[in-house]
Amino acid sequence: MTAIPPTVENQAASAAAAEADTVANAIATPEREQPYAALGLTEGEYLKIREILGRRPTSGELAMYSVMWSEHCSYKSSKNYLRKFGKKVTPEMTKNLMVGMGENAGVVDIGQGWAVTFKVESHNSPSYVEPFQGAATGVGGIVRDIISMGARPVAVMDQLRFGDIDHPDTARVLHGVTGGISFYGNCLGLPNIGGETVFDPIYQGNPLVNALAVGVLRHEDLHLANASGVGNKVVLFGARTGADGIGGASILSSVAFEEDGPSKRPAVQVGDPFAEKVLIECCLEMYRDELVEGIQDLGAAGISCATSELAANGDGGMFVELSNTLLRNPNLTPEEILMSESQERMMAVVTPEKLDAFLAVAAKWDVETSVMGEVTDTGRLIINWHGEEIVNVDPSTVAVDGPVYDRPVAYPTWLDALRADRGEALPRATEGSELREQFLSIVASPNQADKSWITDQYDYYVLGNTALSFPDDGGMIRVDEETGLGIAIATDANGRFCQLDPRQGAKLALAEAYRNVAVTGAVPAAVTDCLNFGSPENPEVMWQFSEAVDGLSDACLELGIPVTGGNVSFYNQTGDTPIFPTPVVGVLGVIDNVADRTPSGWQDDGENLYLLGTTHEELSGSAWAGTVHSHLGGTPPEVDLPGEIVLGELLRAASAEGLVSAAHDLADGGLAQTLAEGVLRFGVGARIWLGDIIERDGVDTTTALFSESTGRVLVSVRREDDVRFRGLCEGRGYPVQRIGVTDASSNTLEVQDVFTVGLDELRTAHVDTLPKRFA
Amino acid sequence: MPKSDLLDPQGKAVAGALGRLGHSTITDVRIGKRFELTVEGEVTEQILADVATLADEIFSNQVIEDVTSIRVEEAQA
Amino acid sequence: MTHRIGVVTFPGSLDDRDAQRAIRIAGAEPVALWHADHDLQGVDAIVLPGGFSYGDYLRAGAIAARAPIMTEVISAANAGMPVLGICNGFQMLTEAHLLPGGLIRNEKGNFIRRDQGLIVESTDTAWSNAFTQGQEIVIPLKNGEGGFIASNEELDRLEGEGRVVFRYSGVNPNGSMRDIAGISNAAGNVVGLMPHPEHAVEPGFGPDTADAMRSGTDGLGFFASALTALLAV
Repeated sequence: MTAIPPTVENQAASAAAAEADTVANAIATPEREQPYAALGLTEGEYLKIREILGRRPTSGELAMYSVMWSEHCSYKSSKNYLRKFGKKVTPEMTKNLMVGMGENAGVVDIGQGWAVTFKVESHNSPSYVEPFQGAATGVGGIVRDIISMGARPVAVMDQLRFGDIDHPDTARVLHGVTGGISFYGNCLGLPNIGGETVFDPIYQGNPLVNALAVGVLRHEDLHLANASGVGNKVVLFGARTGADGIGGASILSSVAFEEDGPSKRPAVQVGDPFAEKVLIECCLEMYRDELVEGIQDLGAAGISCATSELAANGDGGMFVELSNTLLRNPNLTPEEILMSESQERMMAVVTPEKLDAFLAVAAKWDVETSVMGEVTDTGRLIINWHGEEIVNVDPSTVAVDGPVYDRPVAYPTWLDALRADRGEALPRATEGSELREQFLSIVASPNQADKSWITDQYDYYVLGNTALSFPDDGGMIRVDEETGLGIAIATDANGRFCQLDPRQGAKLALAEAYRNVAVTGAVPAAVTDCLNFGSPENPEVMWQFSEAVDGLSDACLELGIPVTGGNVSFYNQTGDTPIFPTPVVGVLGVIDNVADRTPSGWQDDGENLYLLGTTHEELSGSAWAGTVHSHLGGTPPEVDLPGEIVLGELLRAASAEGLVSAAHDLADGGLAQTLAEGVLRFGVGARIWLGDIIERDGVDTTTALFSESTGRVLVSVRREDDVRFRGLCEGRGYPVQRIGVTDASSNTLEVQDVFTVGLDELRTAHVDTLPKRFA
Repeated sequence: MPKSDLLDPQGKAVAGALGRLGHSTITDVRIGKRFELTVEGEVTEQILADVATLADEIFSNQVIEDVTSIRVEEAQA
Repeated sequence: MTHRIGVVTFPGSLDDRDAQRAIRIAGAEPVALWHADHDLQGVDAIVLPGGFSYGDYLRAGAIAARAPIMTEVISAANAGMPVLGICNGFQMLTEAHLLPGGLIRNEKGNFIRRDQGLIVESTDTAWSNAFTQGQEIVIPLKNGEGGFIASNEELDRLEGEGRVVFRYSGVNPNGSMRDIAGISNAAGNVVGLMPHPEHAVEPGFGPDTADAMRSGTDGLGFFASALTALLAV
């Protein structure tokens, strides 16, 4: 049956071949001690593997099971919870879903024959060890997920969490991470259109680097990665396999930063964006010419993952001659080859008659290929090493039916005290001068400050379809140049709110991302999430996780938008201290014509400024509490999801009818922050009066300025559109209050009877925070 | 130099270009960095030790790079 | 007749399709050219697009400048065909010695993307004749190695011969000597610049202007210039 003989002659067969632990050897030496614990497997898991195989695993099989059964690849602690996303759906929610959770990335039908695939994923641990390469390869990895669906990647975004802005190590991590994203994304030619940057000491020893990628495809171009069609060839192509991140998937994400992993090889992976760019064009040409049945990306767990997933999702069998792998380091052992996480590699399933054409396209792009094996109907994944069988497993037991844990859950002992310590009880300023100081300190605080020092390093022009990007609330990309059909994406997460109430915090993240998409004029359509948490072995963390998943899945159901995929990242902690629960939520929206999109800042003089929504006394967990009082306590703001739906529809109607010239969401920092960003966006000032809000909503000035109540958006409306706009709001019964006018000549933001700030002073405060520390 | 086990994208791209330009005898290229430091007077053991520390801690990133050699040359007059 | 303008795609080219779009919007026919061919497909003008050809790993543009098609590009340029090098294309033109000087890492080290003001210093080239002398235009700039350097004698010669075509206005984003953003060869048919005119051709996707977000289309003038130059031939 070895139709695929070893073909690579120039690689030293070396001692490694002689020493390879074959299946025959495993049968002959059942008692041999195996380092399962060092590979991150429990004794129970190891015994389960022996039971599945009916013998001890070979060292190659052990390598495969260990990486594929790691938390990172198997979702063993989260699987039982993630099922809720699949259950809490209605037929209406899934009618546009072409591919749901479980594939490399979800695919959404956006109409006119177009589909969009998008996903957010974590690369947290590698980005602490080697920030530049960790972040760079994070971008590379998520982009390959998009390619594997048959889509052209069209944009990326990053969600970053760093430690204290003034901690000496933060500069190392931040420079590396932003440099790595800039280097890889720019060199790949993908516009970076948005994202988040948050500083908090809780992330000091465990920064979060999440990367989101989005791709577009025609319906007919959809491909799923599976190995179907007996006799079809399995081809590894792209970069050579080296000693990159060996054990990374298992070790880096399951045992925090132990120096002595199972391998002395460096755990760092080096990214080559040029190789990836070539790989994108090469894969798209292969799809276009219909040369491939499917393409699977190689990420965590490398060849172990690609072969077992392809086989498990296809006809169930595959034969591979592993010594055909093109190597960068000729002395790699077969186990290392199986576990290697070398970047910029793909595995394709190709029919024999198209193999030559496939290889010709690869050659055109100078992409190296090796025919590794073929699809079989044996139900077994068999891997040979120089003709000797070293792996013989049912691929489903590796890729699909891994262990699943129902880990203990416990309500955190500290939570009630934290929630009783309410932010609303903090002292408030009454004098305008004091409020002015607070306002300036908030807009200059690391989390509210302008992030253009970072985003100026990202190219958003490339591909020529970017209709919105930072600092606007959401990014927007044109999909169809003829019709103007486009998509908007926004991501959000507020770890402080989630620490106070993970269920509510997750809902708030979704509501804010939903609103940020809606303000652009797009219709929210689908969700991706990256759930960043501490150790699942800590029952309190597991409770936080459980709450967040419940909150998010309930809120998705209520908003009527499905989760299409994402990622769980556990073990984010320093010592025993977990990070704040940080469920990053990304919402994808669709807009019929990107020409109708709404900017986040006003540009013209004399427009009316309206505040949509109601302001409540909600200061717990706010930027005001954090910046002015260094305080975190109480309960986060309420969420009114039906209200968010009405607001979203209102904003879309206003955008389609061209009734608003700008719309900007209120979130961290409240109305004050939104006003600052609004006047600074195009340098056009404003005169604001709070009296009507204070009276109507029964709140004080601090609340009016800094409360973080949800369901609120600030819009600017040309005078000639005033009547129609008010009619639109009244028709929907949504609260609306005129609170000011734009004023191009004043060069100030004036909040009447409270304070006035010149735009130059405001800009300096808002913009200088990052360059002062990092430039 | 980039650690020998790690991918060197620069070297790889240059090696590929050399192959296409017909220089087939060259099978691999790796690209590192060179630093030239100037000191006043004699290069003492102490200075060399300091430079070795600098090389390890500042000039190179030990996670991805190795310092391969440090040598002393007379300054050109 | 419709003029045909070729855009060469190298491995790692990124703004090649954007240059094709700009050519189409300007009213010419874009023709995709491939780095490994020795064939210009009879085009009337050539754009070397932006990107990171070969990852910029040796020096930006260095490997691409030695690609097969560059033999034909260099002959055509020397014969007077309009050739525009944008960003990475500018770097290739200097590496191919069609233009003097070189491009080094930005002064502050980081990649920078900004809407950049430029002063048109010369309208005597195939790619700038649609502008007026001293006109200020805004074109997106995005590069990591955009600092233009040359010897003082070379710089004096470029200035003296009127071959500084574009100069940075307001901010010098990358430390370029004498604020130089773009230059031409002596004949004026070959122009290279770091900013990206192909990203300022379509309202809604260009740089911000005082009138509206992303509405800048100053880049159209580059392609209109080439069409005028071709009509004059």
